[in-house]
Amino acid sequence: MALLEVSDISVRFGGNLALDGVTIGAEAGCVTGLIGPNGAGKTTLFNVITGLQPPTSGQVTLDGAAITRLSPTKRARRGLGRTFQRLELFNMLSVRENIRVAADIHRSYSRSKDDPAAVTDAIIERVGLGAVADARVDALPTGQCRLVELGRSLATRPRVLLLDEPASGQDDTETVAFAALLRELAAEGMAIVLVEHDVALVMDVCARVHVLDFGRVIASGSPAEVQRDDAVLAAYLGTSS
Amino acid sequence: MDKFLTFTIVGLSTGAIYAIIASGLVLTYTTTGIFNFAQGAIGMVCAFAYWQMHFAWGWPVWAALAVAVLVIAPVLGVLIDVLVMRGLEDTSEVTRLVVSIGLLVGLIGLAIWVWKPGVSRNFSAFFANQGFTLFDTRVTGQQALTVVVAVVVAGALWLFLRTTRTGVAMRAVVDDRSLASLNGVRPNVVSSLAWAMGCTLAAIGGILIAPNVALDAATLSLLIVNAYAAAIIGRLRSLPLTFLGAVILGCTEAYLAGYLKTSPNFAGLRLAAPAILLFIVLLIIPSSRLRGRRQSREYFPMPTWKGTWVFAGLSILAGAIMATTLSTSDATTYAKVFSFAIFALSLVPLIGFAGQISLATLTFGAIGALIYGHIGADGNPLALVLAFVVPAIVGALIALPALRLSGIYLALATAAFAVALDRWIFNLADFDIGPIRISMFELGSTEVAPLDVFGYTFDTPARQMMLVSVAFALISVVVVAVRRSRYGRRLLAMKSSEAACATLGLDLVGTKLSVFALSAGIAGFAGALYGMQLRSISPQNFGFVMGLPVLLLAVVGGIGAVGGALMAGASLMGFLPLISTLGTFFSNLAAVLPGLAGIGLGRNPNGSVHDMREGFAPILRYRPAIIGLAVAVPLFWILRLAGFLGNGVFYLLLALAPIAAVVVAGVRVGLGDGTEVADTPRVHDVPLEWKGFSVPWEPEDVVDLDRALGMNEVQLHGAP
Repeated sequence: MALLEVSDISVRFGGNLALDGVTIGAEAGCVTGLIGPNGAGKTTLFNVITGLQPPTSGQVTLDGAAITRLSPTKRARRGLGRTFQRLELFNMLSVRENIRVAADIHRSYSRSKDDPAAVTDAIIERVGLGAVADARVDALPTGQCRLVELGRSLATRPRVLLLDEPASGQDDTETVAFAALLRELAAEGMAIVLVEHDVALVMDVCARVHVLDFGRVIASGSPAEVQRDDAVLAAYLGTSS
Repeated sequence: MDKFLTFTIVGLSTGAIYAIIASGLVLTYTTTGIFNFAQGAIGMVCAFAYWQMHFAWGWPVWAALAVAVLVIAPVLGVLIDVLVMRGLEDTSEVTRLVVSIGLLVGLIGLAIWVWKPGVSRNFSAFFANQGFTLFDTRVTGQQALTVVVAVVVAGALWLFLRTTRTGVAMRAVVDDRSLASLNGVRPNVVSSLAWAMGCTLAAIGGILIAPNVALDAATLSLLIVNAYAAAIIGRLRSLPLTFLGAVILGCTEAYLAGYLKTSPNFAGLRLAAPAILLFIVLLIIPSSRLRGRRQSREYFPMPTWKGTWVFAGLSILAGAIMATTLSTSDATTYAKVFSFAIFALSLVPLIGFAGQISLATLTFGAIGALIYGHIGADGNPLALVLAFVVPAIVGALIALPALRLSGIYLALATAAFAVALDRWIFNLADFDIGPIRISMFELGSTEVAPLDVFGYTFDTPARQMMLVSVAFALISVVVVAVRRSRYGRRLLAMKSSEAACATLGLDLVGTKLSVFALSAGIAGFAGALYGMQLRSISPQNFGFVMGLPVLLLAVVGGIGAVGGALMAGASLMGFLPLISTLGTFFSNLAAVLPGLAGIGLGRNPNGSVHDMREGFAPILRYRPAIIGLAVAVPLFWILRLAGFLGNGVFYLLLALAPIAAVVVAGVRVGLGDGTEVADTPRVHDVPLEWKGFSVPWEPEDVVDLDRALGMNEVQLHGAP
């Protein structure tokens, strides 16, 4: 059984079915890709998983336990971490403080004895923000802001990490470093779900890819399989299948 | 049964008026995103204008009505939109709220200026001698009129929003302002129209309700609280539900008035009913989704310890100078600078750090003052501790159910709480809850004893000035410590994005509750000190309307910094009383100024203390200027104490000394060497993507554009 399981999730906004019976899973120790055209429902699915958007129907389970009825806070405390496509940084704080807040929060509810300051420093080093650690986040370019969000999430030691377009706004060198970091995190046992428009990155790091279109999963499989799938080609290129 | 019908007719008639006012509120809120606290005040001004034209000048009803409803109200609406509200894009919910409260306070000040209070003004009902009988019950012409007008308004609004092009455009702007403008809707025209219509509805409501209540600026302006409840039942969106809510509200009020026995304890309940109903509705409406990040121009820098100690020291020095130089009566007046500064300080962690809004500061102050007054009748300092603890607990209890709500809803819940206490609870006789006797203001006023610490009694205005200035300095230090702590970072994080905090595992309710309790506790403490200064307290000292200028000036001063709180206290209880002594014109002006300051907030959301600090920055970089001040101020003080200087010259010198120091330091150091600006990004007055369209493109904008796009120098210009 996968660490994170999303079963038959539907979300209806008025007359619009944003998600229609979506079922996907994310295994510990690997990166699962979630791709699809704009408006396919990727961010909505992340919101459902983290509890920011109640689903119309369906279940989310983490490590075998149903979490569908839990608040976002309780889900986070069970090891669910995420970043946001539309950045949700703490603008009045510096890069270091953004990550430190998360480390402090984690310390307050977990039994961890780690010093939050040390955790913060280690993460800043790891995601490569040492040069801008004391800058205010709203002075940073988007690519670095996304790293701050990643670092902030890492400070809560998540078991499942949902990344919403983490590489947009990064240049090529940054993306290469980022891919290496993702593989490293997965190797440590984390289950990572990656929403990303950079198809090269997705194909490079993901073990498995799900394709969403108009709120439905139209294909699932290895990167190579998905790339050959007719329905996927139709969704992306508009050819009729 | 006859009675029931009579009460129902009264209720329907009142409900009809609430519906008209509330539908205007919903219209402006949905179209412009601004919750107009001044809706009632606008109706009030128009009702006064109508009174002036019809009753004072003798114009015929139709002419006076036409001018008030069709000219004054819409023009006022357009002016409000163009002059005040347009500047509010990219500002926080707090700023928007404060601006509309500024409008409320300003309009009340203006009305009192033009129409002196305390004068009886006859405002007879429409169709006063006409009416008809319905099932053996008399329906007055006025009652029938209000219901007919409400039905016509409802029908007209429905037709307008559904069938006219402008109405559809208005609904489009509600959904997505920028998308609507891409589709050819002009949002500015639509928002002006919404304000004009909102004000017209307010005017109709104000003129219709004036015969039922006294023509009094504050009373009419606060009718808005009743209309809020109706609008909230419509979730600030649905007009039919708003109308339904208004009818429920009107009838509840009428039945309470009719059926409850006329004991003094229930008289207040009727007045408080809309507020209580509002509170209940807020509790049962579904909680809003977690708020994400908002674009905001606001930024409050981290206070340094060094700066904080200097600030605390200067506050005490100011207290000492005033305590030793002012006459007894002046000291009594101006000692309130510090107690109100502490009131404002209570809002700094709550609004400035955590982004939560409370309109009940003075109400918590009243609780603190009551606790101290009753328990500390012998001046016992322990009662002062209770004056912190009990309001903190009450604050937490009030906030607990309301915390699922955010922003404007939370603000309204605190307003409802304040109004309910103000109109009802504070006016109760003593009562018992089990073995505990609860005393309010004893149906009048309550004595408050001066503090007594080990036999030293703070019983003169000078001693109280010292006490309160030291208390202010200490609480300032505590507030800075909060800001610099782990807890403070957490509050700021919550202010930026509740959604992100929740996904990190932060207990949002607990965090909000604690900061609410802290704020209510500080306010209670301030209330106890304020009570000591007053010696005898009554509910009027802590009225809901009295509390609004505190919030206004705290935000105008700079809600993110303790300096802003002192500025709020100094302007409210120092500067305004001072200029009021100059004559009638100035005392009228003093009533309007807090409102004007609030209205101007959109121009400078960071608060004026921020600008002041920038202004005085050169002194810090030029040591001789600091030394000069350190010599001059004590010298003036000694000269004053020795009797060589009068107070006028002395305070003038005190005011001029820092200005002179800035000028000298500025000349010596050279103003604006740019070193401090470097680490803050430039603030844009329009979204970046509009650069080159709505404002000219400047060469420096390219750097910000690169940042926004995530590009760096190498990508843009190639490797060297």
